Amino acid sequence: MNVDYHLSRTRESSLLARVGRQQWLLVLRRAARTRRGMFGLIIMLFIALIAALGPLFAPHSSTSFVTSSFSAPSAAYPFGGDDLGRDVLSRVLDGGWVLLLMAIGATAFGVIFGAAVGVSAAYLRGRIDGVLMRAVDIILAFPQLVFALLLVSIIGPKLWLIVLAVGFSHIPAVARVLRSASLDVSERDYVKYAEMQGFSRVGVMFKEILPNLISPLMVETGLRLTYSIVVMAGLEFLGFGQPPPAPNWGSMISENQIGLSANPWAVIVPALLIALLTIGTNTYTDAVARVALGVERKPEEAVLLENVAVGESTGSL
Amino acid sequence: MPVTKVSQLERQRMHPILYLLRHRILSGIVTLFVVSVVVFTATEILPGNAAYAILGHSATPRSLHALEAKLHLNRGIFDQYWTWLSGLFTGKLGNSLASNTPVWALVKPRLINSGVLVLVAGALGTAIGVLFGVIAALRKDSWFDHLTSVLALTVTAMPEFVVAIGLIVLLSTLVFHILPSVSMLVPGVYAWQKPSLLVLPVATLVIVIVPYLYRMTRAATIEALESDYVEMARLKGVPEWRVTLFHALPNAVAPVIQVIGLNFLYLAGGIVIVEEVFNFPGVGQGLVNAVSNRDIPVIQFIVIVLATFYVFVNIATDVIALAATPRRRIGR
Repeated sequence: MNVDYHLSRTRESSLLARVGRQQWLLVLRRAARTRRGMFGLIIMLFIALIAALGPLFAPHSSTSFVTSSFSAPSAAYPFGGDDLGRDVLSRVLDGGWVLLLMAIGATAFGVIFGAAVGVSAAYLRGRIDGVLMRAVDIILAFPQLVFALLLVSIIGPKLWLIVLAVGFSHIPAVARVLRSASLDVSERDYVKYAEMQGFSRVGVMFKEILPNLISPLMVETGLRLTYSIVVMAGLEFLGFGQPPPAPNWGSMISENQIGLSANPWAVIVPALLIALLTIGTNTYTDAVARVALGVERKPEEAVLLENVAVGESTGSL
Repeated sequence: MPVTKVSQLERQRMHPILYLLRHRILSGIVTLFVVSVVVFTATEILPGNAAYAILGHSATPRSLHALEAKLHLNRGIFDQYWTWLSGLFTGKLGNSLASNTPVWALVKPRLINSGVLVLVAGALGTAIGVLFGVIAALRKDSWFDHLTSVLALTVTAMPEFVVAIGLIVLLSTLVFHILPSVSMLVPGVYAWQKPSLLVLPVATLVIVIVPYLYRMTRAATIEALESDYVEMARLKGVPEWRVTLFHALPNAVAPVIQVIGLNFLYLAGGIVIVEEVFNFPGVGQGLVNAVSNRDIPVIQFIVIVLATFYVFVNIATDVIALAATPRRRIGR
């Protein structure tokens, strides 16, 4: 093999990795400049800001009983009181950051491990691929929320365990998307060259394959963040989350649903914040997908199923 | 998946749909078997066994022992699994730990209620999603297309309970008072006997599932309408309605079927929250109650039922989608 060529290939692939890293920011920035992306990003950041800085501005303690139960809005309590007479505004300001942090944690866990599973299945092929994908099929035989509920019922309602449970429930979908994306990449010439140079398998996956998966990774991360928020808030709503006195947008809705006609704000405000947060993340993700993949995003599970159907039913017809 | 020589030969001989059907049913059975093992072992490793969970701190060694014997917990794990698995087929599922009534008697009415909910919401959602998607594609860039596209993007990925709360606020408490905000069902009365109770849960689920289907139908129809064979048919002088109905739409069907399948899968999870919001007595609410009470036999059974539904919908979707794809139907 020609040494010069060999060298130029390594230089090129490391260059690709570097460009890849910058491209990541470039795509995010370009997505933020589209009308849709700007709309999504602004809403997302606005709600995230309320969640992050809210506790500093809460006028009352979010757990002390300062007014009467389901009292109507007044000057001192702009959104009235909740089921136990606590200040709704303070609870709203204080009730977002845990939800947001848990959603981010679950997303990180799910995307990192899902990507690891998907990329190694595609690159290592053979028996490892078979075993990993069978495991993925089995987790996919439950609805995500049901799977998270099953895990919660096993491990009990501890916050970090809930983060792991929700993160874990993301793994199959992320793994499938990244597996199909890296199948093509791992057949490329520069991967073969890296192998010949004696890179370890893990090294090849990290340095050669992963940098080429930035677009699907970004889209997946955005999507899983949206779903994490939905599932987390759902678990909170069902009463599996932060234990009672702590304020949380999800649990506030179920706590105050009885008093909907007396003080609707106790329900409407947290519901609206959750809705805006998911609208923001989803819209921005949509804009990122349009920029990164250059096409209208198909409903992502449809892409998943399509891959499976094509792979198994018509792959070698 | 590695394809052996034998199966490849078989593949050539068999009709592709039959091949897919057989392959999928076999792998579905394997999946369900593994799921049953996972669910069983996972719920059995609960810290402290079921007997302890029921008796709680009042447990004395003697009462614990008696209950363990009653729940067959003193037997070996394989024996327990076998009893449970055969119970799934014979209907002898044991008693609920929380209410001490047979699991099947407890879950059956809930299954019927949820089944009605899923079927009605799925059917309505499918009709609305496909209809709106096709109209938006045919009138691309019209006000209808823009309006529905923006609406669909906004509602996509919005949590069910937010949609549900919005509907409750709008239709049953603050703005109008037309519909009941929670279901009051006496035991023995099924949901379909009181249609007014179904309206809000169904509406919530429909709103949540329509956007995906709408977007997919719209995209697939536009793609088909812009294809060469449609252009060809137009050039031949085929009237536009014929082009749409017989040339374009049949080629947009397969991806749409995939999304309809996904929507039904989604509904199996979506009912959990929606039933809880509206206090609708279905399996979703049953699961939430069972998880709060650590009612293991009920959790195990409901999870298995949902997994079976999942596997079944997956198989049905793939087979129907393959059957609806003209160029994939014939074996080569």
